[in-house]
Amino acid sequence: MKHYVIIGNGVAAVGCIEGIRSLDKNAKITVISEENRAVYSRPLISYYLEDKTDLERINYRSPDFYDKMGCEVLYGKKAVRLYCNLKNDIDSDLVTNNQKKVVVSDGTVLDYTSVCVATGSVPFIPNIEGLDEVKDKFCFMTLDDAEALKSAVNSKSRVLIIGAGLIGLKCAEGLHNRVASITVCDLADRVLSSVLEDDGAAIMKRHLETNGIKFMLSDTVMQFKKHTAIMKSGRQVEFDVLVLASGVRPNTGLIKDAGGEVNRGIIVNDRMQTSLADVYAAGDCTEGNDVSFGGRRVLALLPNAYMQGFTAGVNMAGGNEVYDKAIAMNSVGFFGLHAMTAGVYNGEIYEEKDESSLKRLFVKDGYLVGFIIVGRVERAGIYTSLIRERTPLSEIGFDILKKDATTAAFPSNVRRKMFEGVV
Amino acid sequence: MRVSNMKRIYVNEEWCLGCRLCEYNCAFANSGLKDMVTALKGKPIYPRIRVEDNQRITYAVSCRHCTDPICVKSCIAGAMYKENSVVKLDKSKCVKCLTCMLVCPFGALTIGENGVVQKCELCLQNSCGEPACVKGCPNRAIVYEERGEAE
Ligand SMILES: Cc1cc2nc3c(=O)[nH]c(=O)nc-3n(C[C@H](O)[C@H](O)[C@H](O)COP(=O)(O)OP(=O)(O)OC[C@H]3O[C@@H](n4cnc5c(N)ncnc54)[C@H](O)[C@@H]3O)c2cc1C
Repeated sequence: MKHYVIIGNGVAAVGCIEGIRSLDKNAKITVISEENRAVYSRPLISYYLEDKTDLERINYRSPDFYDKMGCEVLYGKKAVRLYCNLKNDIDSDLVTNNQKKVVVSDGTVLDYTSVCVATGSVPFIPNIEGLDEVKDKFCFMTLDDAEALKSAVNSKSRVLIIGAGLIGLKCAEGLHNRVASITVCDLADRVLSSVLEDDGAAIMKRHLETNGIKFMLSDTVMQFKKHTAIMKSGRQVEFDVLVLASGVRPNTGLIKDAGGEVNRGIIVNDRMQTSLADVYAAGDCTEGNDVSFGGRRVLALLPNAYMQGFTAGVNMAGGNEVYDKAIAMNSVGFFGLHAMTAGVYNGEIYEEKDESSLKRLFVKDGYLVGFIIVGRVERAGIYTSLIRERTPLSEIGFDILKKDATTAAFPSNVRRKMFEGVV
Repeated sequence: MRVSNMKRIYVNEEWCLGCRLCEYNCAFANSGLKDMVTALKGKPIYPRIRVEDNQRITYAVSCRHCTDPICVKSCIAGAMYKENSVVKLDKSKCVKCLTCMLVCPFGALTIGENGVVQKCELCLQNSCGEPACVKGCPNRAIVYEERGEAE
């Protein structure tokens, strides 16, 4: 009987399960889950700190999901080694000596028809003198991290967060009602430096400061002396609890050890195949094509994880699915102020700006390739889809559209096609 | 290819008068209140359908209940799902991150009262039972019908 093995139990794994089951209702599926939990919405761990979700609602799928999908889940187990046949073997009859196996941490060995590596990201831990001596330190990647952090803080806690990226700032927002003070430091000169440019970042930083978050930008910790952080600038920060959020790295070890092609992430094509036979990969651990970037890059984002996983699943089950519309895109809000970003930031700029909002669209070679919108984010999806679908702007008339994201700006033939009727 | 027997909302820009009654009927149907005046009078309204206007034509936009809904695939909270061909949002799970609005090509999701995300669920979830926008459209510019497209 066919046996599909999925390594990891995040959103990419769910996509993979649903992709497999869209074609194959019967084959055996085994999911290896290092975390001892059913799949949950990882981005919601900060909302858990805020009590805006709870251990039930944070579940990404219903409690009977694995049953309904006919999956066996090995909870609290880790895949430790992946073996595969050489790519040339698949077409010949050499498969007699089947090498296709996954070794699990408890010693179990699983044979597979095909396998999907969906191992996500691992936190990057900076090498800082004295870090070992800091007692209350946390990453902010898992629900376990969030629970541990929740019990470690109280209304007197002074929290220091290293990293003003999405994860660090979401952690700050999640904690702000629980603690006495929060300081966020980052080597970059602005907040959310990987998605926002100068002006957008300045608006967001001001908004976060209004809500009591303190920043030390262009600065980082050089040394810890127990509860004191000595900064590069020479300043000192007293803290009780430390959060390490200075970035994530794709979790590529299994593929690297198996001899597969790995750059920053696991290299995948548009069908989510790795360089190894019958081995697929999906989600944060991969490096796939980004249509706005025009090359491969790591997109550690949840929608991407689901869609890659789904594509991998369909193909594992013998279908033919391509995912060739990946772009970087993010919607993130802090204390009610939203920022939406997509694509890449180069080319000609169209901009609207005031004190508390920004819209910056990037047009290159006749295509919308990226945007940054802070504040008035309604209907930004219309822009996102122009980037994703690579719609030539000459076909739609961008003059009205750039000012107002509305399908009414499209020529009627385009609009009729979109809405399948006499729109 | 599967042919879906699903009824969908279709609009006709040549017949739309731009009267925005659909917006009011939608807001009322989803208000949970019995009386239209109490529900709407003197209050900001939060319809799930919106009349688009480019000075030449007008037409109403609401969720298309896509065959392959990118909002469902993108929802970071697992709060969106498709059930019997209807794209639905579980408000108790939604954390208002607005990722659905970031990806919807139609601009069909809107922010409701208190920042809650809302979308057209064809009035199947409220007491109207059939799309209020269709029922109330004076010029039949919004219709709810089966066109048997390929799915
Ligand atoms: C605080 C926070 C906020 C975020 N906010 C957003 C947001 O607003 N928008 C957005 O798009 N994205 C956001 N993200 C990113 C998003 O969570 C990820 O892109 C998404 O979870 C990736 O899914 P995945 O399935 O690829 O990996 P993961 O969710 O990381 O799942 C991988 C799983 O595999 C397990 N695993 C690893 N190795 C093994 C092994 N050898 N054997 C068995 N199991 C293994 C891991 O334990 C993990 O459970 C956020 C992330 C965090 C941490």
